[in-house]
Amino acid sequence: MAEPVSDTKNPSLRMGVDIGGTFTDIVLERVGADGEAGEMEQYSTKILTSYGAPEDAILDGMHQVCALAGCVPADIQQVIHGTTLATNALIERRGAKTALITTQGFRDVIEMRTESRFEQYDLNLILPEPLLPRQQRYTVNERVDAQGSVLVPLDAKEVEALAERLIIAGYDSIAIGLIHGYANNVHERMIADILARKMPDAMLSLSSEVSPQMREYERFNTTVANAYIKPQMKSYLGRLKARFADNGMTGSIFMMHSGGGIMALDDAAEFPVRLVESGPAGGAIFAADIAARHDLGRVLSFDMGGTTAKICLIRDQQPKTARVFEVARSYRFKKGSGMPISIPVIDMVEIGAGGGSLAHVDGMNQIRVGPQSAGSEPGPACYGRGGARPAVTDADLLLGKLDADNFAGGSIVLDAKAAGKAMDSEIGTQLAMDAVTAAFGVAEMVDENMANAARVHAVENGEDLADYTMIAFGGAAPLHAGRLCEKLGVGRLIIPPSAGVGSAVGFLRAPFGFEATRSIYMRLSDFDAQTVKTLFAELEEEARNFVRSCDVDADIISQCRAYMRYVGQGWEIPVPLSPDQIAAPDAAQYKAVFEAEYSNLFGRPVDGMDVEITIWSVNAQTPKAQNIKTLSAKEMAQQMPDMPASIAAKAAAERLLFDAALGKNMQAKIYHRSALKAGQQLAGPAIIAEDETTIIIPASRSALCLEDGCIAVTLKEQQP
Amino acid sequence: MTQGADNVQHQIMWNRLISIVEEQAQALIRTAFSTSVREAGDLSAGVYDHAGNMLAQAVTGTPGHVNAMAAAVAHFIRRIGYDNMADGDVYITNDPWQGTGHLHDITIVTPSFHKGALIGFFACTAHVVDIGGIGFTADANSVYEEGLYIPIMKFADQGAVNQMLVAMVRANVREPDQVVGDIYALANCNEIGHKRLIEMMREFALDGLADISAFILGNSRSATLAKINALKTGKASGEMVIDGYNSPITLRATVTIEKDQILCDFAGSSPVDAKGINVPMVYTEAYACYALKCAIAPDIPNNAASLAPFVITAPIGSIVNAPHPAPVALRHIIGHMLPDTVYGALDQILPQTVPAEGAGTLCNFQLSLRPRRDRPANNRAVNAEVLTFNSGGAGARPMLDGLNATAFPSGVMTMPVEATEHAGPVIIWRKELREDSGGAGQYRGGLGQYMDVAAAQGHECDFSAMFDRVHHPARGRHQGKDGAPTSIELDDGSPLKGKGKQAVPPERMVRLGFPGGGGYGDPKDRDPELVKRDLARGYISEASARDDYGLSDADIAGVMALIKRGESV
Repeated sequence: MAEPVSDTKNPSLRMGVDIGGTFTDIVLERVGADGEAGEMEQYSTKILTSYGAPEDAILDGMHQVCALAGCVPADIQQVIHGTTLATNALIERRGAKTALITTQGFRDVIEMRTESRFEQYDLNLILPEPLLPRQQRYTVNERVDAQGSVLVPLDAKEVEALAERLIIAGYDSIAIGLIHGYANNVHERMIADILARKMPDAMLSLSSEVSPQMREYERFNTTVANAYIKPQMKSYLGRLKARFADNGMTGSIFMMHSGGGIMALDDAAEFPVRLVESGPAGGAIFAADIAARHDLGRVLSFDMGGTTAKICLIRDQQPKTARVFEVARSYRFKKGSGMPISIPVIDMVEIGAGGGSLAHVDGMNQIRVGPQSAGSEPGPACYGRGGARPAVTDADLLLGKLDADNFAGGSIVLDAKAAGKAMDSEIGTQLAMDAVTAAFGVAEMVDENMANAARVHAVENGEDLADYTMIAFGGAAPLHAGRLCEKLGVGRLIIPPSAGVGSAVGFLRAPFGFEATRSIYMRLSDFDAQTVKTLFAELEEEARNFVRSCDVDADIISQCRAYMRYVGQGWEIPVPLSPDQIAAPDAAQYKAVFEAEYSNLFGRPVDGMDVEITIWSVNAQTPKAQNIKTLSAKEMAQQMPDMPASIAAKAAAERLLFDAALGKNMQAKIYHRSALKAGQQLAGPAIIAEDETTIIIPASRSALCLEDGCIAVTLKEQQP
Repeated sequence: MTQGADNVQHQIMWNRLISIVEEQAQALIRTAFSTSVREAGDLSAGVYDHAGNMLAQAVTGTPGHVNAMAAAVAHFIRRIGYDNMADGDVYITNDPWQGTGHLHDITIVTPSFHKGALIGFFACTAHVVDIGGIGFTADANSVYEEGLYIPIMKFADQGAVNQMLVAMVRANVREPDQVVGDIYALANCNEIGHKRLIEMMREFALDGLADISAFILGNSRSATLAKINALKTGKASGEMVIDGYNSPITLRATVTIEKDQILCDFAGSSPVDAKGINVPMVYTEAYACYALKCAIAPDIPNNAASLAPFVITAPIGSIVNAPHPAPVALRHIIGHMLPDTVYGALDQILPQTVPAEGAGTLCNFQLSLRPRRDRPANNRAVNAEVLTFNSGGAGARPMLDGLNATAFPSGVMTMPVEATEHAGPVIIWRKELREDSGGAGQYRGGLGQYMDVAAAQGHECDFSAMFDRVHHPARGRHQGKDGAPTSIELDDGSPLKGKGKQAVPPERMVRLGFPGGGGYGDPKDRDPELVKRDLARGYISEASARDDYGLSDADIAGVMALIKRGESV
């Protein structure tokens, strides 16, 4: 039995749980009391997700990792959980019987969207249906204006009469979203009070609580989404807590939220929409943690699995965050084809590019890859389970990137003939190419798609990728990351250990955090220092209270930001403010920090224009967990300036590997990752094999095994 | 490298060019000032080869700029001259006939130099908030009244900005900071495109764009011709009458499908109008070409070769080929109606392909707000200009209902009501779907929408209307019924006109009903389950369910009972 641990800030046994589309990943970590590197042990397992009762897979996994670690569930102090269940419920439209109550005249906001077509040339375009059909959207006569003044008071009798109708209809969940409700929620509260009295069993979601931000479409949609999944998620989280307790796990349970922070289970049950994309958020945290350990200021996180690839920018060891996210894109992952959810999220771009993505030739004789995926059944052609269409994995196999006999730890023997046949019939024949050239085309196209997504994402964020380091994880990423770096001009790539369960590990690295935001317009020419002080104080209290509810006595660090722009512009930029600037707000100073940020992003400030603040935000969080401190590659290189030949890694074998940059096959050495030791280096073209994935080192790069087990892949002429 | 690998490289470069122009467009949206660009996406961005052939165009943006900007670069080359071009140059115009159709669109072209040689061009266009003159309205009698006219000239000469031009612009527009800011945003976004292009040239060790240009244009041409040559040849005409400014306008299109090309001629259309709803030929080409491309070759990227087989003509002096100095500020009103006109002809040649008529023209209006004058002014009352973009219903498709309150053919977005109310002292009391406005049919036309708009307390306003289809609703196709017409009045019942600036007395509200799309096919053939669904959602009334679609009283009662019990239909 482990000793009871009194220090709650550094529990000795913590478990990360990630429910994904296919697998539920469980990671158990035991950290020594002093948190030193050598004393951390990690145990992980992957279980097929049990859709009917997701908690079953978690409990199975918990018992497995406990057995590996030689402990019992009662020893686990803390569980951090992220899940794709909320996302799936929205994508698959499996929510509760839900109604929306809104302002008279605005019944159709969530249906009319932006009144535009996200694909301009498709005459047969189908727009996604709103979550609630029109008959489930009700209105009340009331109105608040942009400044928050009541123009038309709400009559309680009207709400009571409406409640009678809702009772007859038997709704389980009610969303309340009124125009300018973020500016003054008096009417939303009044409706909630009446409904709570008349319909005590119905769950309520208020737009002023779920997403208190201007722009009615995003706010209402987010509120409706929250209401829609609330009964289901609340029930699941309740069951999970009970089943944990039944199995002796009485430690605290926290949820990963989409912003990359952690929230209490009860808050997650109240605002389940915040769990959307919590898995990929964990991946970004995982990458941020590696970035912190290696002291990297600018990181491009690249997570590629079976169906999609996720790309996220991480500056100063903090993933970029955004205030709106689009879920359930219905049309080839095209921007605008999903539903906007406005909550604090880690800003990432997700495209339909994974190992299972299928390739074909279009009417223009162009190779196209994805977003359709072969999934696990039938899977890529080389799985030999009846798949006849070529997938990215087939291309990887034909190019020599994969070892047919050692895929997924040898659990599946890949069929190169089947891959070649699929590649010939769908690509080669049409384009008069042999199978390898066709495979090259497929791999290049998927890599180019990912590179383009990364480039556009970077420019949307005003970033230039040239001085970024890529951190790659997820089953398919290490196969493609090297080529992606070549395409993006990224000089340095790190592939961490435990890449296969990166998100679950990321959960254990996340600080307790909460970003409180308010959407209130203020021009600097109309700056009111007292209002600003009060506003930041309120936000700070809100954010701190949230964190406090997770951990009673942790240190809390807060970061205040104003989202600012020139009056007349439509896009604000986040401007970090110092404690002095919060304590004594001053318009001239705010303008100076804004213009410095603006010039940084877009080149030059615009003279003589007024500046306005649109959103105010305070992010409070506990300090990042202290981790295994390892030597960075730089430090290692300093210690070992002339890497002796003796520590060059020894190859196990060789095989032909197609090098995309050179456009031809090369003889490549094969290494086993488990046999590599810190300080050993090797030159591309090379292949590093491990159980969950394979790392491809292009001819242009060399690799170095770092002390923490990360593989650093750098340009040959560059010092690592 | 093998022939195949070469092909792969070319495919990658083509994709890269499309990605580069998307980046260019994003940079513009991020830094622009005009709401029409940053909220509504009224912009265009593209890359061109040395000869001025468009190689790629950002999908972001609106079709009105498509062909117009494609042709613009050739004018710049002719006017400036290759000998007069240098690294660091930036060129500018807002010529409606050589740019994109009205003075409010500024086009910026930047030559791209690599290793000391001119390799191509970047171009972009955006709609600026003001260009002086009479303002953004149809009320002018000639282009001279519509604002400042910038002929093709250098905005920057080897990096040095033409300060004389900047001073002229500043002195002539109502919002000098925003307009000049937008011009800089346009120039900067070309610069970002250029940087990315040079990175690509280095990565692929290229000296020029000739090879990739030949590959893109060759593939696009053959793919477009394959689509065209798969069609049966034929010729047909379509005609549509719309409201116009003072008197109805006839639009007539004759479409001829031949081997290797499609001709579209607008002979028989009304002559040039006295007011600013005339269309320069470039804009007619843009929307006619867009309509044909949607119907025939939607998945081929826009470039010089994929546009070339669509040959658009119109008699000079007609409203769709208005010569200088005709007033053209609101050329979009007619331009947006051209796809429906073209489809009237195309439907006779290609059955089951094109939709019924829709709202067409965007339902835009502008409010000029000021402190009310009939009483002492409230000291918080302000002057403001508030512009909104809204959409009626689209036409029903051969196998699908029309889209509700969604722009077609325009590609712009609406602004959030909450954002609009922050922009000025205006209250939008209603913005929701308009029941029974979609034309009945086997497939129903898209619903229009209701909007109720008034000045906030203490203010009054002028209401500038830019509507059509008040007297000429969208017509259904193949026994589909017409959509509802535009309605416009004050809340006391007094009528307003569909076009022009009109005073709204204090405390009065403007009530608007935007038009619905036409139906497709006989309403009797509509799936009764869809009729019930539409009734449950309130897309149609009980009367329409009964009278247009023949739903029985028992079925109607059944649907109403289900809704009451909160059950899905």
